[in-house]
Amino acid sequence: MKSSAAAWVHARAPAWRELSRRIGALRKRRSISVGEALGAIEAYRNVARDLASARRLVPGTRTAAALETLFAQIHATIARHPSGGWSGLLSVLRDDIPSVVRELAPRIFWMAALMGSSAAAGFWLIATYPHLINLIASEEMIQHVEEGKLWTDGLINVTPSSILSVRILSNNIVVALFAVCSGFLFGLGTFYLMLVNGLMLGATFAFVHQHGLAERLFEFIIAHGLVELSVICIAGAIGTAIADSLIRPTHATRRESFRVCVRRAAPLMALCAALLIGAGLIEGFVSPDPVFPLASRIAIGVSYWFLMVLTLGGWLLRRPRPGGAL
Amino acid sequence: MDNEQYTIPGITGVDVSLPIAGPGSRSYAFIIDWHIRVVLALAWIVAAMLIEFGSLRLPLESGKRGVTFGFLVFLAPAIIYFFYHPVLELLMQGQSPGKRMAGVRVVTVSGGTPGTGAVLIRNIFRLIDCLPMLYFVGLITTLLSAQRVRIGDMAAGTLLVIDERVPSRYLELDGAATAEAAVDFTTLDLVEQILERWPSLALDKRDAIARALLKKALGSAEDPDALDDDALRARLVTLSAQR
Repeated sequence: MKSSAAAWVHARAPAWRELSRRIGALRKRRSISVGEALGAIEAYRNVARDLASARRLVPGTRTAAALETLFAQIHATIARHPSGGWSGLLSVLRDDIPSVVRELAPRIFWMAALMGSSAAAGFWLIATYPHLINLIASEEMIQHVEEGKLWTDGLINVTPSSILSVRILSNNIVVALFAVCSGFLFGLGTFYLMLVNGLMLGATFAFVHQHGLAERLFEFIIAHGLVELSVICIAGAIGTAIADSLIRPTHATRRESFRVCVRRAAPLMALCAALLIGAGLIEGFVSPDPVFPLASRIAIGVSYWFLMVLTLGGWLLRRPRPGGAL
Repeated sequence: MDNEQYTIPGITGVDVSLPIAGPGSRSYAFIIDWHIRVVLALAWIVAAMLIEFGSLRLPLESGKRGVTFGFLVFLAPAIIYFFYHPVLELLMQGQSPGKRMAGVRVVTVSGGTPGTGAVLIRNIFRLIDCLPMLYFVGLITTLLSAQRVRIGDMAAGTLLVIDERVPSRYLELDGAATAEAAVDFTTLDLVEQILERWPSLALDKRDAIARALLKKALGSAEDPDALDDDALRARLVTLSAQR
């Protein structure tokens, strides 16, 4: 007697063979045409039907397992996230990031306030108890300042600017990303990082102020520091938003809420990293170079900060208004 | 033990079932990748030292040149360390060499290949997963979470599944022969499986299985109990050729 399952496999095998080849080729490509995508969806329907039959007629066989594999491969192909390309990037910069920044604005303000307060606390601490600087600064740094020199003096003669930049920017990016990621610990990691950074900044300024070097430190910091500190505050704001998504979930589960929050903030994180690259380059090439006078350092720092604000607010790439002035 | 399954409701009403990779497969893949990174980094450092100094010694030279050389020597390993996973997971569609060897793959919660954003997020969150050391947080989360995911996967909406790839040759059946065969399709499939595993099975076990299969396939037409090991195999091969 002829097996009905065998007859069915016989009838369908050529179609599966062809489909397996087609899907294999599609999976290797980064992008596919609309026609190919529609073909894959049609194939998905057909294989789903065949798989349902195979699960009933030939369960546990390798033919059924191979069909499961084929089905999963077609599913992965049609569920692939579309690549936005340049227009997608433009849309992210123009719409997504400004919308997230507007949403985070109160948090950014409070993070800046937290950092400012902890900096003030650090300044007061060292101004009142100068010996506590040993807890914050390294021996080498303390020795430099006590000799009337900044630890940044002559830096450019020892380390090439390019290397200095890469070291600084990678360190800053890690700090910013850590401020974001540690929001997962219900915000405790983010708050700790912001407090410590503010405290160290204030304490260092108090210490150099005691030795009459505060102006020179300001001169060193101003070109890169405005953007650097702003980005750290933004990273802290993202971290607290992540913490909030876990404490007060906005979706059915905390996990879903966390995922949605991170995905929404991810483009802003990427932009922050890009801004820190720029700040790192300034810190490596401009800040330690005595050739640049204070006025040009302020001009660079303020201009870069305004560029950051324009980008974050979406004003830099704003669409022209329809029907506006010609 | 059977793998846990991650089921995605399909739009057609037929679910997609993906076997979830547990902490074991995940750790195995990570250890392979870690060793690859170490070997690549060491190869770079050794090559750089041999080119610069003609011998294996650390750059003791002071001044800009020494700093530059030291930096360049250690920059490449740092790049390899930090960009290995994101770059390869993007290029290899959710896999890295270690994951490929361990037979696992990263997929999104909807079953698709992860995009750039998802890959970057899952790798950035390694900062938390690796705390306080040796991926302790990641391992604990993997053990406790339903889909065996670490925090990076939760953030990115991804999970690690076993990349079960049953070869497409099992779809390429000789339909004509199968249609005419008097033997049940499922039995023929079992015959092929036993033939594939024949050399790795103990003699008495494989003979017992072969006899049971032949009895099921041929009924009372033949008496497989009278056949020895070689004859049993030959009979199974003949039967398999009906496909």
